[in-house]
Amino acid sequence: MKKLQISDHIILLLGVFFMVTPVVLAFLTSTHDAITIYKEGIQFTPGGKFFENYETVLFEAGGFTKEVNGFVMLKNSMILGLGFAVGKIVISMLAAYAIVYFRFPMATLCFWVIFATLLLPLEVRILPSYEIVQSLGMVNTYSGLIVPLIASATGTFFFRQFFMSVPDELLEAARIDGAGPWKFFKDILVPLSQTMIAAIFIIMFVYGWNQYLWPTLITTDESLFTLVRGIKQILQVWVGAQIPDFNEAMALAILAIVPPVLIVVIFQSWFVKGLVESDK
Amino acid sequence: MATITLDTVRKVYGGNVEAVKGVSIDIADGEFIVLVGPSGCGKSTLLRMMAGLEEITTGDIRIGDRVVNNVDPADRDIAMVFQNYALYPHMTVYNNLAYGLKNRGMAKDEIDRRVKEAARILEIGDYLERKPRALSGGQRQRVAMGRAIVREPAAFLFDEPLSNLDAKLRVQMRVEIKRLQRALGTTSVYVTHDQLEAMTLADRLVVLNGGNIEQIGAPIDVYDKPASTFVASFIGSPAMNLLKVKADGNGLALATGTGLKGPNTKGRDAYIIGIRPEHLEVVSAPGEGDGIHLEASVNVLEPVGAESYLYSSFADGGDEILVRVSSHARHEPDEKLYLRAAPENIHYFDAETGQRID
Repeated sequence: MKKLQISDHIILLLGVFFMVTPVVLAFLTSTHDAITIYKEGIQFTPGGKFFENYETVLFEAGGFTKEVNGFVMLKNSMILGLGFAVGKIVISMLAAYAIVYFRFPMATLCFWVIFATLLLPLEVRILPSYEIVQSLGMVNTYSGLIVPLIASATGTFFFRQFFMSVPDELLEAARIDGAGPWKFFKDILVPLSQTMIAAIFIIMFVYGWNQYLWPTLITTDESLFTLVRGIKQILQVWVGAQIPDFNEAMALAILAIVPPVLIVVIFQSWFVKGLVESDK
Repeated sequence: MATITLDTVRKVYGGNVEAVKGVSIDIADGEFIVLVGPSGCGKSTLLRMMAGLEEITTGDIRIGDRVVNNVDPADRDIAMVFQNYALYPHMTVYNNLAYGLKNRGMAKDEIDRRVKEAARILEIGDYLERKPRALSGGQRQRVAMGRAIVREPAAFLFDEPLSNLDAKLRVQMRVEIKRLQRALGTTSVYVTHDQLEAMTLADRLVVLNGGNIEQIGAPIDVYDKPASTFVASFIGSPAMNLLKVKADGNGLALATGTGLKGPNTKGRDAYIIGIRPEHLEVVSAPGEGDGIHLEASVNVLEPVGAESYLYSSFADGGDEILVRVSSHARHEPDEKLYLRAAPENIHYFDAETGQRID
C-alpha cells in the first residue's frame, strides 16, 4: 500500500515537473539580458534584469509602426478573452433557455443543428467567416474580433443539460408567484446557474485568450494585436540586424500566461464550491 | 376565499390518453377537499388544472364566479404547495416568501408585515435569513406553507405535500395543516395517495379512479358506505375483505369453495360482499348469532401493538381474509377459526360492476 502511494507521488511529481519546468525556465531566462541569453542559451538562475525587461515589453512601443507595446496587447487580449467568454455565456444561455423552456416548432431539430456545428470548428469555416466579417467592414475592430466567435454549441449543450436538471416544480412555483419568462430567467435560472457560468467562464476565457488564427486574420492594425498573436510579430521586427531580444520574448510569453492562470485560480475555488454544495 | 366549481372537466393528453374523464365537483367556501386515489388516477392532473399549470381540454373551472380556464396561474388567486416544496434554493426564506408579493408590486412594508405574520404563525421566524438547504424537511415544509399563506389566496392547493417527510413528522404536519386551515378558513384542495391522510384531513373526500370520480362524501360516510369495491378496498386500513359469493338453496355461499354461510337478504344470484377486518368477530362455535359466518384457519398473526391482525384462509384456498383481533389474543398457525360479521357491517356489491347494492 505504502509503496503504491510513493509511486503515485512520483508520477504526480513528474507530471508537475514536466508542466512547470518550461514556465520556470522561461521566467528565469526573461530576467537576463539579451547578450547573456545569446551567448549561453536558456538560463537556470535568476538574473538581475527583471524590472528592466518587463518595463521594456510593457511600455516601450515596438513593432513595425512603433505604436504598440505589451500593455496595449495585454489590454486587447483581455478584451478578447472577456468579450469571448461573456458573449458565449450570454448567447448559449439564451439559446438553451429557448430550447428547454419554450415549445416552438422543431425545437429538437434546432438543438441538434446547433449541436452539429461542433463538427465545424472555426478552422473549417474560416474563409466564409472572414468574407462576411470583411464585407461588414468589421476587420480591425473589437467586434469583428469577438462577435463571429461567440456562438457556442458546447456552451449551449452544457446549459441545456443543466436547465433540464432543474426541477419543473421550480418553474411552476415561479409561475404561480407571477414570474414571467424574463423574470424566471433573471431571478431563478441565472442565480441557480452560477457554478455552471463560472465553469464555462473559465474554459471560454482561456480558450478566447489563446485564440491565434482568428486574430491573426482579422487584425492587421498593430494597435489591435492580442498578446498571443503579437509576440511573434513584434519579435520579428525587434530581431532586425541586432541580437535577438529573447529576454523580451520570454517576458511577453510569461505575461501572456499570467491572466489565464489567475482566472483559473480565482474561479476554480467558486467552481469546486459549487460542485460540492448541491443547490437544487 | 371562494368556492371552486369543476364542471365536467376533461383532460386528454396527446389526443387519445384521457387522464381525467369529465369530473364535476362543487367545493364550498372554506371547505377542505381531499382528492385521493392510486397513482395515475388523475388527481394531480385535476389539481394542476385548477392551478393553471395544465390546460383544460374541455369543461370549466370556476374560482368564485370567474371562469379561470384561460387565466394565468398567477392571476387565479391561488397558492400551491408542492411535494418537493419547490423552494427557490438561492433565496433566503424571507425572499422565498416575499418573491410572489414583490412580483405583484406590493409595497415593501406590506410585504414585510405579511412575511413576519406568516413566519409567526408557522414558527419559522428564526430561519428567515437562512437558505432552504440549511433547513430540515419539516422546516422546508413550513416555508412552503408560508409561501402559500403570505399570498392570502382564495384557495390553497396541496400536491402531496407530506410525502417527502418521515412518518412521525408527517403526522405532526398533518395536524398542523388541519389546524392552520381551520384557523385561516381558506378553501383547500389537497391531493394524496395516502388514505389515512385523506380521512383525517378532509371535510369531504373525492375518491378518484382511472380519471373518474368513484365517490364524494364525508370521510366517515365513505368509510361506512363505500360506493364501489374500489372505494371499499382503497379507504380504510387495512383494506376491506372482498369475497365473491353466490346464492344457493340455503342462502349465501362462497362462489368457489366452502367456509361461508349466511342469509341471502338482497335476493340476487351473485354478489361481492365486503367485510372490514375490524368488523369480523372471532366466535367460539359456528352458527352463533345472525349475519354471515365464516370458517377459516389461521396463517399468520401479526401484532402491531394496539391490535393484531390475523391472516387466515378458507379450507380450500381462495381469498385470504384479514381479521382484526385484540393485541392480547393468542392464535396458533393452522388453528381453526369461527368468524362472524353482524348484518349491519356487511357491504354488498354487484358482482359484475362492483357498484354498491343497498
